[in-house]
Amino acid sequence: MITVGDLFTYLCVLRIINHNMELPIYLDNNATTPLDPRVLEAMLPYFTNKFGNAASRNHAFGWVAEEAVDYAREQVGKLIGCTEKEIIFTSGATEADNLGIKGVFEMYKEKGNHIITATTEHKAVLDTCKHLEKSGAKVTYLKVQSDGLINLQELEAAMTPETILVTIMYGNNEIGVVQPIKEIAAIAHKHGALFMTDATQAVGKIPVNVNEDGIDLMAFSAHKMYGPKGVGVLYVRRKNPRVKVTAQIDGGGHERGMRSGTLNVPGIVGLGKACELCYLEMDQEAARLSALRDKLESSLSQMEESYVNGNTAHRLPHVANISFKYVEGEGLMMAMKDLAVSSGSACTSASLEPSYVLKSLGLSDDLAHSSIRFGLGRFTTEEEIDYAIENTKKAVNHLRDLSPLWEMFKEGIDLSKIEWAEH
Amino acid sequence: MAYSEKVMEHYTNPRNVGTLNKDSKSVGTGLVGAPECGDVMRLQIEVDENNVITDAKFKTFGCGSAIASSSLATEWLKGKTVDEALTIDNMDIVEELALPPVKIHCSVLAEDAIKSAINDYRVKNGLAPFELAKSHH
Repeated sequence: MITVGDLFTYLCVLRIINHNMELPIYLDNNATTPLDPRVLEAMLPYFTNKFGNAASRNHAFGWVAEEAVDYAREQVGKLIGCTEKEIIFTSGATEADNLGIKGVFEMYKEKGNHIITATTEHKAVLDTCKHLEKSGAKVTYLKVQSDGLINLQELEAAMTPETILVTIMYGNNEIGVVQPIKEIAAIAHKHGALFMTDATQAVGKIPVNVNEDGIDLMAFSAHKMYGPKGVGVLYVRRKNPRVKVTAQIDGGGHERGMRSGTLNVPGIVGLGKACELCYLEMDQEAARLSALRDKLESSLSQMEESYVNGNTAHRLPHVANISFKYVEGEGLMMAMKDLAVSSGSACTSASLEPSYVLKSLGLSDDLAHSSIRFGLGRFTTEEEIDYAIENTKKAVNHLRDLSPLWEMFKEGIDLSKIEWAEH
Repeated sequence: MAYSEKVMEHYTNPRNVGTLNKDSKSVGTGLVGAPECGDVMRLQIEVDENNVITDAKFKTFGCGSAIASSSLATEWLKGKTVDEALTIDNMDIVEELALPPVKIHCSVLAEDAIKSAINDYRVKNGLAPFELAKSHH
């Protein structure tokens, strides 16, 4: 009989001996990541023989599940520097963002109604803020500089006595920019507001410590760190100060009354294991990934009329966002068919609007349309990067041969002087 | 949803990519779209003394569907008279390439490019341009 252990061993051996790259190559780790085989192994028993409900107080099935959840809390706590009681398990970062922002707004209503955030936040934050505006919240959406960073003086100037929450993401999902979190938290606290961060792209990739960084609430998700989809965390500080959030999901009072619902035990076990692996492997991984990312980026930015988007000194180690002028993003991705990446082009969004994050940097629409985001990951190899470089160059060159704009540029025509037929 | 095979075909084996001499009286050039919109098509036709389109070339900045729509347009234009070319409808392109609803505007732009090229040719040769009947917002 084949056991899980055998399967695990098989997968590891396969990785070691498999010199042939699997196509397409996955370079979209900002969208989601594959499960680390070790995470899968940890989760499986909780689907099969250890299937109990963690809230079943009175028998071994429940106790075993509860123990697994408690252990996962420890693993999470170790990674982000918090205690077990400060962790609320949710269905993901989106739910955690909702709980944090709405939960704080409702709980601290008497104190004030002003929330500060930024135009480059994930939709889970922006849409939640927009929703709250209908319930009387006043929201300031700070603009960012052309490199994607918040201007600290502008943040300071935006604080008011009614400000109850500043929520700024740790690392941006499109351009990888890392905000000056400690400084932002300090400004929020100086004015009596709480500081929250959506750290989905940062946790497990760079050191994030809620105490050192001055964080009061933090959202993140398992599936960006080689864990399963459908599970995430809202960290809620219990000391200095003690923070509370009003529950958004009622029904039994789980998670200290802050988030009801039967716990997703296998998911939580996976999340815990994913955190543990990141805790152990993060430093080497970050070094390895930034070297690969730098190789990819420096090769591609040697191409004529290519532009790297976002601050390159303060960013996540695994992200590169590059615009290739005069070719369009979706066409480019189609041309790069052996690579799985994403683009800020309007053609790739259901709304036909170009990436609002890139627009917030002040990028022109045409450069936003021409952008490609590469998200490297734990399973990205150097061979894959070399292939990606060649493949991307070929695709860009082929599309430039097809592009009237490239031809006009080469002839020295100033495209900004042309009166285009549309709009 | 994966890219349609026909759209991929036009990308991997594009027909009629290139440039005709836009100063020649027998060439009509249509340049439609805008870089800010993510779609620019340049479509050119070479017309002989019998009003027959003997050559057509395109270059497009845009997504796969935009490239395929304009490539297909040049295929269809060759051998047609200018009058026949005016009957090419964007929905013919949609059907041929199996474009999903979100990509229909690419075919509309291709139809505009055809009409724009024809009009350019007409104006150069002392004829009145046709009205571009369809607006597409």
